Amino acid sequence: MNETVTDSITITINGKEIQTRPGQMLIDVADDNNISIPRFCYHKKLSVAANCRMCLVEVEKAPKPMPACATQVNDGMVIKTKSTNVVAAQKSVMEFLLINHPLDCPVCDQGGECELQDVAMGFGGDVSQYTESKRVVCDKNIGPLIATDLTRCILCTRCVRFGEEIAGLPELGATGRGESTQIGTYIEKSVTSELSGNIIDLCPVGALTAKPSRFTSRPWELIQHATVAAHDCVGSNLYVHTRNQQVMRVVPRDNEQINEAWISDRDRFSYTSVNSDNRLLTPKVRENGKLKDIDWESAINLAVEKLQAAANQKGDLAGLISPQCTLEEHYLFQKLVRGLGSNNIDHRLKQVDFSAQNDVPAMPWLGRSIESLESLDSALLVAGDLRTEQPILNHRIRKAVINNNAAVASISSVSGQYNYDCVEDIAGSAEQILYDLASVVVAVANKTKTDLPAELTGIVEKVTAKKEHNAIAAALIKGEQSAVIVGVQAISHPQYALVMQLVEAIASMSQSSLGYLSDSANTAGACLAGSLPNRVAAGINAEESGQNSAEILSANHKVLMLMGIDPMIDISNGSSVKAAADNNDFIIAINSFENEFANEAADLILPLATFLESSGTFVNVEGFWQPFKGCAAAAGESRQGWKILTALSQVLLPADNNDYADSVAVRNELKQQCRELKLDNFVAIKAIKNKLPTRPRALQKISGMPIYAVDAMVRNSDSLQATVNMKNASCVRVNSAQAEKSGLTGAEQVHIKQGEGTAILPMAIDENIPAGCVWIPSGLKQVEQLTTLFGSVEVEKVS
Amino acid sequence: MIKTIKYYLKSYLFLELLKGLSVTGGYFFKKKFTIQYPEEKTPLSPRFRGLHALRRYANGEERCIACKLCEAVCPALAITIESEQREDGTRRTTKYDIDLFKCIYCGFCEEACPVDSIVETNVFEYHFENRGENIMNKQKLLEIGDRYEAQLSADKSADAPYR
Repeated sequence: MNETVTDSITITINGKEIQTRPGQMLIDVADDNNISIPRFCYHKKLSVAANCRMCLVEVEKAPKPMPACATQVNDGMVIKTKSTNVVAAQKSVMEFLLINHPLDCPVCDQGGECELQDVAMGFGGDVSQYTESKRVVCDKNIGPLIATDLTRCILCTRCVRFGEEIAGLPELGATGRGESTQIGTYIEKSVTSELSGNIIDLCPVGALTAKPSRFTSRPWELIQHATVAAHDCVGSNLYVHTRNQQVMRVVPRDNEQINEAWISDRDRFSYTSVNSDNRLLTPKVRENGKLKDIDWESAINLAVEKLQAAANQKGDLAGLISPQCTLEEHYLFQKLVRGLGSNNIDHRLKQVDFSAQNDVPAMPWLGRSIESLESLDSALLVAGDLRTEQPILNHRIRKAVINNNAAVASISSVSGQYNYDCVEDIAGSAEQILYDLASVVVAVANKTKTDLPAELTGIVEKVTAKKEHNAIAAALIKGEQSAVIVGVQAISHPQYALVMQLVEAIASMSQSSLGYLSDSANTAGACLAGSLPNRVAAGINAEESGQNSAEILSANHKVLMLMGIDPMIDISNGSSVKAAADNNDFIIAINSFENEFANEAADLILPLATFLESSGTFVNVEGFWQPFKGCAAAAGESRQGWKILTALSQVLLPADNNDYADSVAVRNELKQQCRELKLDNFVAIKAIKNKLPTRPRALQKISGMPIYAVDAMVRNSDSLQATVNMKNASCVRVNSAQAEKSGLTGAEQVHIKQGEGTAILPMAIDENIPAGCVWIPSGLKQVEQLTTLFGSVEVEKVS
Repeated sequence: MIKTIKYYLKSYLFLELLKGLSVTGGYFFKKKFTIQYPEEKTPLSPRFRGLHALRRYANGEERCIACKLCEAVCPALAITIESEQREDGTRRTTKYDIDLFKCIYCGFCEEACPVDSIVETNVFEYHFENRGENIMNKQKLLEIGDRYEAQLSADKSADAPYR
């Protein structure tokens, strides 16, 4: 029998004829047509469970009501969602769901935004026939982020499905049957997924709520502000909820192009640092070696005086700015420093190899849309851990693996990082990564029968491709949609230029897209705004190149401006930062949080508003300019960065048109300049140090930023710091064979020596760490003495 | 003619004056309604809405659970509440302020309260001598509740049959 496949069918809902596609679920069609059907277990991003039975509707010719979430539409279907039968069914289901649900909404944190409360009002009866006692379930402690109140659970299993389908960590599950079904973690443990906070939003009742904001506010008191997340280069869209101009909580804002309906825990809970004890509240000046509070006027006057003295004398002025600062702050910062006759501006705090800085793309760019990552057929992830660095991008790639059977391979310092199966998962030291990349270049060239360009043949001549490299090459070539994505750890690679040259060769020969991820929310914006010594705004080369971040730290200046930086931690070179304190006559630190360096070395400290309290723009890795407005009142006397910089520029550079009324005016000025900008990652980088390094014999350090150490805001968030993830990430990790070889077996704490720096950290055995390497976290106070993120280290057991 | 005679009789015999005096005289000997305030008080309904109080349970635990319904329902925006999780995990207020200058004594807070915590006592004789005393904080409200608890529970039970 020939079945005719039609693209369009007609169904009737409540007497209204609707054209739709076959195969869709009834509830989706109803949602698209603004016909509301109550539901609990159904969620558009999760699989269908159909266990709550709240979405029952009447389908003509069907003997019983059908669940709309699990009923496919068919041509000619006649559906009623408000008939007497349906209303009776809804009332009964509601009564059934409320049998075991406590009716103490006033003490529940979900009260006022509870789906059960709303649906009970709309569809429930007023009296229950149930008089027996209710079920009670013990609460579980699942970490410092999520509070449980499991007696309230209606067993919709959204959280369970989220863990399995989205987070990729089936941490929560339902045990028991019937009335004794319980949601739990099987064994007593914390939920560790980097996306775990989303189950708070998913839970239709108050069984899972946010611990940091628990019991502090009611939804009707909150004002919702749209903003953009500041802790990774994805720029997830957020809603910030404030009460009395104080941030009470953060929830995701749906954006299919970027974060769908999810945000990472880092973006959700970083707000807790806004009112931390470490927050800088007043301008401070150093007098006789001690910091003293002063008012803004004198602070600005002092800054102006010192900057004026350093103006127009080459090399007397330098500025380092955090890539987390807004686009406007970057633009004004570089405009001020350049206006005062210096090109010594940089935001690349973690970069070591600057040799290709004139050839690199205008900004770190993903090379394709974030949305398109989920339709990839194959991908190669280089030198990064997307799961902790860009959790939202990792979720897209996970979707590609699961729905598309994509072949994803990883060449990084650690294996086993991902919550999906990688076809090849290669780990090694910084040098080994170069060898592996070179092998992939050879493999791709062999398979595509491409002649390597002369500058590459010299590099890869002694390299042979092994099985795993051939597999990666084959996957990339075979994939119609393939991508090479360079992670954050590459930025601090001692031969970053060579990494870029090799990945470019792999991507171009295998016809893959090439993407560079960046370490902060606005690294792309920093590049566009011209916070670079060699480029002005819009990626145009400067007439004369200034000092890069490493040179700024080692050179002498009259004035050094630091904006949004905790130098000892953000700049991964502790010893040179120490020297910078002596090399500069006057240090101006513009910060949101107190830090040790500023307290000891800065001569003037200006309090800076965080992104939650300031208007601005972040440019994400896809190149979206995402403007946002301030959500809350700035803490203490802190001021928005663009206001501080405008105040300085107006006095120092009166001729430069610095009378900006708001941050929008700044953005518009820059946008004008960026109109001509074309993004392209294939720029034919030629590394100057174009030799593969010799394989070192000594123990090699591999490193990365722990998930909750990436910036000052996250580091000051008590709830994030209390997580198991952070505790685990603060350990030195080494595999058991290497531990035995280095005499570290059974060590609880180890003593690390790198160059002149030392540190003592707890140790853990992790079989995913490659042989000959030891993983040492960066971005922690304990390791601020250590120098680069890679290189030889000595590790000893502390007895 | 007869009309004129009646008129003169009425005028010269003070008939209407006596009629009036008889009413006055009648009340002179009747039971008196005047209340000698402040020595004497009028009876008050158990629903009387006077000064606010926060009540406690018999075991001394405060009733208020910081649900904020009174704050939400207050038409004069006189109530300000801040809440947090107390150490024992329960939901409690850290601040419960009522501005008695803003309050219009409508009793909605009392109606909204799910745990009979915020109530209005039958105290209506109070005054403020200094600026700021009009703001009743949690401690003051609990003290008032403690002082009038006997009356408050009696009033609540008297009104209970009608609810």
